[in-house]
Amino acid sequence: MADIVLNKNEKLDVREILKDLENYEPRRRGWHWREPAPNLEMGPFTFHDMTKPLKQGIGLPPAKFFDNIDPQPQPVITTEIASGRFEDDIRRMRMAAWHGADHIMVIRHMGQSHIDGLMEGTPQGIGGVPITRKQVRAQRKALDLIEDEVGRELNYHSYVSGVAGPDVAVMFAEEGINGAHQDPQYNVLYRDINCVRSFVDACESKKVLAWAGILQIDGAHNANATAREAWKVMPELIVQHAINSLFSEKVGILPENISLSTVPPDAAPAPAMYLDLPYAVALRDICNRYKMRAQQNTKYVCSSVREATVTHIMNMVISKLTSADIQSTITPDEGRNVPWHIYNMEAIDNAKQAYVYLDGFNELVELKKEGPLVEMVRDLKERATLFMMEIVEAGGYFNAVEQGFFVDSAKYPARNGDGIARKIKGGVGYGYIFPREEDYLAPVTAHYGYNNVEQYGGNPEDPAALIGGCTFEDRSKIVYIDELDESDTVNLRLENVKKYLDGEAIIPEMEWCGDGVVMLTMMVPANVRTAEATGLQIAAKMGLNNPEVISKEIMHPSEGTRIEVKGKLTFDIDPDSLVLPPPPHHLPDAVLFEEFKDHHMRVVCGTVGDDEHSVGLREIINIKHGGIEKWGIEVQYLGTSVPVEKLVDAAVELDADAILASTIISHDNIHYKNMKRINELAIEKGIREKVIIAAGGTQVSPEDARATGIDEGFGRDSHGIDVATFLCEEAMRRRGDLPEGGHLKGIDEDDD
Amino acid sequence: MIREDDFAKRRVEKGIADLTDEQLYDKFWEMCEKVVDPLLELGKKNTTPSVERAVLLRMGVSSLDTQKIVEGAMDRGLMGHGTGHIVYRIAKDKGLSLREASAALAKGEYWDDAVAIFNKEEK
Repeated sequence: MADIVLNKNEKLDVREILKDLENYEPRRRGWHWREPAPNLEMGPFTFHDMTKPLKQGIGLPPAKFFDNIDPQPQPVITTEIASGRFEDDIRRMRMAAWHGADHIMVIRHMGQSHIDGLMEGTPQGIGGVPITRKQVRAQRKALDLIEDEVGRELNYHSYVSGVAGPDVAVMFAEEGINGAHQDPQYNVLYRDINCVRSFVDACESKKVLAWAGILQIDGAHNANATAREAWKVMPELIVQHAINSLFSEKVGILPENISLSTVPPDAAPAPAMYLDLPYAVALRDICNRYKMRAQQNTKYVCSSVREATVTHIMNMVISKLTSADIQSTITPDEGRNVPWHIYNMEAIDNAKQAYVYLDGFNELVELKKEGPLVEMVRDLKERATLFMMEIVEAGGYFNAVEQGFFVDSAKYPARNGDGIARKIKGGVGYGYIFPREEDYLAPVTAHYGYNNVEQYGGNPEDPAALIGGCTFEDRSKIVYIDELDESDTVNLRLENVKKYLDGEAIIPEMEWCGDGVVMLTMMVPANVRTAEATGLQIAAKMGLNNPEVISKEIMHPSEGTRIEVKGKLTFDIDPDSLVLPPPPHHLPDAVLFEEFKDHHMRVVCGTVGDDEHSVGLREIINIKHGGIEKWGIEVQYLGTSVPVEKLVDAAVELDADAILASTIISHDNIHYKNMKRINELAIEKGIREKVIIAAGGTQVSPEDARATGIDEGFGRDSHGIDVATFLCEEAMRRRGDLPEGGHLKGIDEDDD
Repeated sequence: MIREDDFAKRRVEKGIADLTDEQLYDKFWEMCEKVVDPLLELGKKNTTPSVERAVLLRMGVSSLDTQKIVEGAMDRGLMGHGTGHIVYRIAKDKGLSLREASAALAKGEYWDDAVAIFNKEEK
């Protein structure tokens, strides 16, 4: 199989990934933590809590001020990607890895948890992706390529739950999945799967996860997403986490592969930090053997991405003050729709930004060791302990579930009687539990419980030896199924968007290739109902199909409403019709600083002729406006309406290295005449060899300026960086440090 | 159940009010162990359709066949012996590969043999 190597300048072609999938083998098993890099030096800084940097990535927007560094914080960063079309998710995964995610979580297709057995093929999903061997294999294979591209292992994750939990666990183990949700309580409480069945299945699933080194995440956080008043279920959350964790450990999962999915239960305008910080401390104290996967609270997320983002950031302050081994990121548009590409990236950047911002925080502050924090922590621990004691008194877990102990909205031990009650003899899968006979046999690896291999002379330590190894020892025994329903496959979907995949047309995309979805933001100066209707009509008149208001925020009851509308474009763009201006050539700050430190440059400048325009030149030179002074260039500014003779005389007198002339007025080509005259005067005075001459103005074309004999011209939209780059390279060329016509490597330019 | 918050009373009655943090921690996990141990026992002693399908998958049985074999075993009261056991025995007794045996069972073949094998052994 020819290995594919991704090139950052080329889009990943999913069709290539799908080739030869039947022969793909995962390159490793098990979870990967980031590698700590204590005292990491990056750019001008020494970091405290960062990890091994990426080979390639997209830094935070202000990175350009700090040598383009992209420090990677300690927690593994999760992003959830499941649009229903796994093939489009693959490209989103690549973007996510570049932004700093290394835990890629795939949500399952709605209803998959009630399907008996594995799904196969590549049908389209609703609310998630149908998890099948082909889909998993394609995504894992793509992630292998992407991890080579970014230089960091990527953990791939999905769900082991529902009535086919063990089947899915086996498939995950075979296919090199690295993380999985597994929590029988979730099945019982939220999927109404029979409780006995759930726990028997969970034993098998967890045994398989343990064998494959898969990191397990629990489902306890769903209790606060479901409870009416989330902040009151904190004692129960601790109980649920503990039950699944200890149960898993006893089945054989290593404590370091058991991760709690923990969520600060509240959101402002609740006094959230006061309520949630004690909970975070109590949980981490009690479950100190296990890992913490911190997730944002989604219960209160509305359609405002700003609000969701702030909650996310504040939640991460709690994570930082306590601990988080994995930081989940909820896309801030979760309250509106199935998340879009751009919001996955926003969420990842939010996490990265928060943790880099908080680097070393815990060396500066610590939590109080007395006072209300300690009292509230103790209170929660006692309530959780009493809850656990009452489960035992009730006769065990199943009786407690039957009596509605869980997800009651009152703060334990108070009870509102609104908990979720499930019958021991009821629910999906009830009646399908069979006692194992004395001769019960399962000749496979990682099987939980009673297994009579001795009857055939087998070794209890290696039951699969009876059959010459199972699929865990011998991959060739795995039955790979390509497609079951030829009318619903990835190939058909890809065929429908071929022109976009082949680059023959371009259309915006929020979720799926070719979806054509765009979003408009507007402030409509009207009340909310009028504004909503106005937004819809505007979108329709702009030619968008299926316009829909996805967010409205009141600025004032009558003065205005912020409206966001989405809709679909009805046209696409022919890339051959595009005119791309050449990219600007700018040198990095460090290069410019060094040049002008080592080789002092003095510039005389002014606006020449009868010309009182001063703004343009000031923008070019002034340090406050990003002008050339910033990099250490000495500027002698002569003012406006400076005669060209005076400019050249000043250059002689001040022993200048360069002349910058600003010339805005252009009638009768006076601007070019002035340039020509400056060049002639410099020759006459005998300084032309020494002095670099450049001129700029709104009507200046570089070609015509150079034709007058000066060295460079700068037109409209030129900035200090353009002039500084030129002065640096021209000075180097004149010294012989660069060949004639030579350039240094600019920002965002490739080596060649 | 509806109950007022009796925390202040309960923590005294249940003897946790005076525990140190370490003792409270130990108490919590001791109780947790009492909750989970019986659940683990259930897993050791029982099996389910999904546990069996997961066994069959590891034996190299196609996912399209696993549920059919499990249904065949349930219909004939053979689940307690293990569906992997049935495939193993049919393959052994009939000189078939595991894949062949499983495919045949999924098609409804050899079940009379399976019933004969396991019912005889029960006596």
